[in-house]
Amino acid sequence: MLRFAVRRLLLLVPILIGLSLLVFIWIRALPGSPAESLLGERATEESIAQIRDQYGLEDPFYEQYWRYVQTIGSGDLGTSIASRRPITEEIKDRFPATIELAVGAMLFATLIGIPLGFIAAKRHGSPIDHASLFLSLIGVSIPIFFLAIVLKWVFSVELGWLPSIGRQDVLIEAEHPTNFYILDGIITRNWEATWDAIKHLILPAIALGSIPLAIIARITRASVLDVQNEDYVRTARAKGISNRAVDARHVLRNAMLPISTIVGLQVGLLLSGAILTETVFAWPGIGTWLQAAIENRDYPVIQGGVLFVAIVVVFVNLLVDISYGLLNPRIRLAGR
Amino acid sequence: MRKGLKVLLAVVVVALMTAAATLAANSRSDASSGDTLVFGTEGEPTSLDGAVVSDGVSLRVIDQITEGLVSLAPGSTTIVPKLARSWTASNRGRVWTFRLRTGVTFHDGTPFNASAVCANFDRWYNFTGPFASDATSYYYYTVFGGYKKKASGLTNFPLYRSCRAAGNSTAVITLRRPNASFLGALSLTAFHIQSPTAMERYGANKGSLSKDGVFTPGGQYGVPGGQAVGTGAFKLESWTIGDRLVIVRNDSYWGRKAILRRVIFRAIPDNAARLQALQTGEIQGYDLVEPQDIPTIKKNSKLKVLDRPAFNVAYVTINQKVKPFDNPLVRQAVAHGLDRAGVVKAFYAGRGEVAHEFMPPQVLGYAKNVKKYPYNPNRAKQLLQQAGLTLPVEVEFWYPTDVSRPYMPDPAKNFQAFAASLNKSGFKVIPKSAPWRPDYVGRVQAGTAGALNLIGWTGDFGDPDNFIGTFFRTEQGQWGFKNPALFALLNKAVVETNPVKRKSLYQQANRIIMNFLPGVPYAHTKPALGFQRNVIGYKPSPVSLESFATVRFVG
Repeated sequence: MLRFAVRRLLLLVPILIGLSLLVFIWIRALPGSPAESLLGERATEESIAQIRDQYGLEDPFYEQYWRYVQTIGSGDLGTSIASRRPITEEIKDRFPATIELAVGAMLFATLIGIPLGFIAAKRHGSPIDHASLFLSLIGVSIPIFFLAIVLKWVFSVELGWLPSIGRQDVLIEAEHPTNFYILDGIITRNWEATWDAIKHLILPAIALGSIPLAIIARITRASVLDVQNEDYVRTARAKGISNRAVDARHVLRNAMLPISTIVGLQVGLLLSGAILTETVFAWPGIGTWLQAAIENRDYPVIQGGVLFVAIVVVFVNLLVDISYGLLNPRIRLAGR
Repeated sequence: MRKGLKVLLAVVVVALMTAAATLAANSRSDASSGDTLVFGTEGEPTSLDGAVVSDGVSLRVIDQITEGLVSLAPGSTTIVPKLARSWTASNRGRVWTFRLRTGVTFHDGTPFNASAVCANFDRWYNFTGPFASDATSYYYYTVFGGYKKKASGLTNFPLYRSCRAAGNSTAVITLRRPNASFLGALSLTAFHIQSPTAMERYGANKGSLSKDGVFTPGGQYGVPGGQAVGTGAFKLESWTIGDRLVIVRNDSYWGRKAILRRVIFRAIPDNAARLQALQTGEIQGYDLVEPQDIPTIKKNSKLKVLDRPAFNVAYVTINQKVKPFDNPLVRQAVAHGLDRAGVVKAFYAGRGEVAHEFMPPQVLGYAKNVKKYPYNPNRAKQLLQQAGLTLPVEVEFWYPTDVSRPYMPDPAKNFQAFAASLNKSGFKVIPKSAPWRPDYVGRVQAGTAGALNLIGWTGDFGDPDNFIGTFFRTEQGQWGFKNPALFALLNKAVVETNPVKRKSLYQQANRIIMNFLPGVPYAHTKPALGFQRNVIGYKPSPVSLESFATVRFVG
């Protein structure tokens, strides 16, 4: 298992080299530069030239790339042109928000999706099964931003039950040692802040989790249907083991294999930033940060941010593969 | 299992109902009556050091914390005393003597005096390296034209010579040449006076260029979690990225103290999200309301819209390097061929007014009796024939894509309407467009965007030179003309220190410009702010120099 993990981690190196080169070329192929974004109508030929010179944009391509490689090699992801802050600091501020939102969305998706899919499989062909199919279809088809706006409209604007923006009420005094607001509330025993942070997470998590929920429900249903027709399940039932025990020990456990893969992949996707949800809920994560960087041609953020996201996705995929090995002894043992 | 399922369902339903009841009972408590106002902003500030920013988000916060020698009367561009009680200009506008207020201290206890004023002026003049750049100290370079040490890549023609403290309460600023727009420019946030002690202590002059050439502040001045110190009615309490920026009332303020105890700025980049946050009460005000959201706010009995006076101008450039547009008759034909009233009525959602000259009405020097050019296709055709041209006259007309500007929300729509009206007026429009980014503005300024193009300008500060001086004081590629008399008049006006004479010179210039017709101005727009109805005392300013000190809740 360790050798497997190390091998996969070593693969990161060529992936990152290739990705960094691709991103570097691609954003310079985009028309425009940070100069026009910074100055707008005030841009004169002289000021644009000065800024381009300052950013080294007139240097030969290989010189620019070498400077970039040196920066990354020293552990520095660069400095944002828009905010003038080191990108590592921006990520430190924003990534916990993205993680919190991703975790909230996946909790919502799995806590509802898995039981829903399981029940649909057990009640295969019944109205419950058809209803879950229908709901899954809706979940996957509704555009996230539309769902987010509707949720906000109903629960925030009309009913006033939940907040519409941000991670916390600005009138609440709270400390944030980890920048995970719910965890921070618990650590500092500030229950008002904890509950407030949870309330702020509810609507964004539901909006963002709607698609993963639909997918997880469908995969669970298919997987459970598959497994419960296997010989070993029939054998277990024939031995007189209770249905509940068969479901728990044999059906669910084996059905979890594809489900855990899907959950892992979804988590990886969500951790790369949920632009639409973050925009609608003014959630300060990395999705909107990267999107603004592309619009403003904030080269260092695009380069550093994309590299960071790539590292995260590769790590998550590695964890998924490891968890697959843990869940399925055949995979683990085959590696020996 | 069936029984178990029913029990599970029942538990879930009860749990959901309990949660709903709890949420309903604890529904939001907003700060809508109290001592704290939450204001929604379009993003996070870049820095709280006024000398190194030019974005509205940063400037709004800095305006509450710092003050300049002069300011503008609320809601107007009239210069009024602030940290300076009075001033005189001598030596034909080269030497400015400011008599300062006494008994004023910065938030950190440092006394405000002439030495502090000179420390600030000298700091800007001595900017070098990453600080000496259009991208960093834009306003300093625009107004003062250069630094002590020439910045690489920029022409250096510094206006500032020196500052001398003649005692504690008199600061004498000497310029290298006469200039009168300098006084109005001092109201800019970039020239507010900050505490020299704090700037030194927190490393305000520490900055470097990162390996990728980005200006990076090196100290803790003006950065999140750091400090920014002025003499204003509010002082900075805290700034946490992604969370909030808090300013609190300065109880030692030298003037009338703020009514609110606290103002909290909250970044909400999405326009719709800002509107909804106002509707739910999570914020009590925000800026830059989208035109399509204004009816929504107006219909809500708990909300209201405040208009900011227009401070921009949308216009059609006429490039005289392209024949036959060097012929004044042809330019007049263009003016009569543009249905300006139609465009403003159709595409500005009630927020626009037709522009008759190249500056908005609030600015000093606006002339009421300039020549006007009502839409008249027949008159346009007559003028073209008078110029000896065969109709239709072909004209390349450019507009930008992928952009919305405050003075031109939908360039394509403006273009289509103008093209249609020109086509009826003896012209044949050849449409051309380019994305705003990367180079539409560059093309316009270089004079390579056809004979006609759509562009505009939002004023930086309340001085006429910032409008018609920027456009017409020197020969420029955008307009393609040499008019020595106009250049001389505007160069004379920019150094005239007598306000009455100055006003008269600019009015004269505006009349000449609208006769000469280097272009056709067509719209000024009024931006809008949205507030909860029980928030009063906010006075919108044409240059967005707005104080929260007079704001309070009623009811």
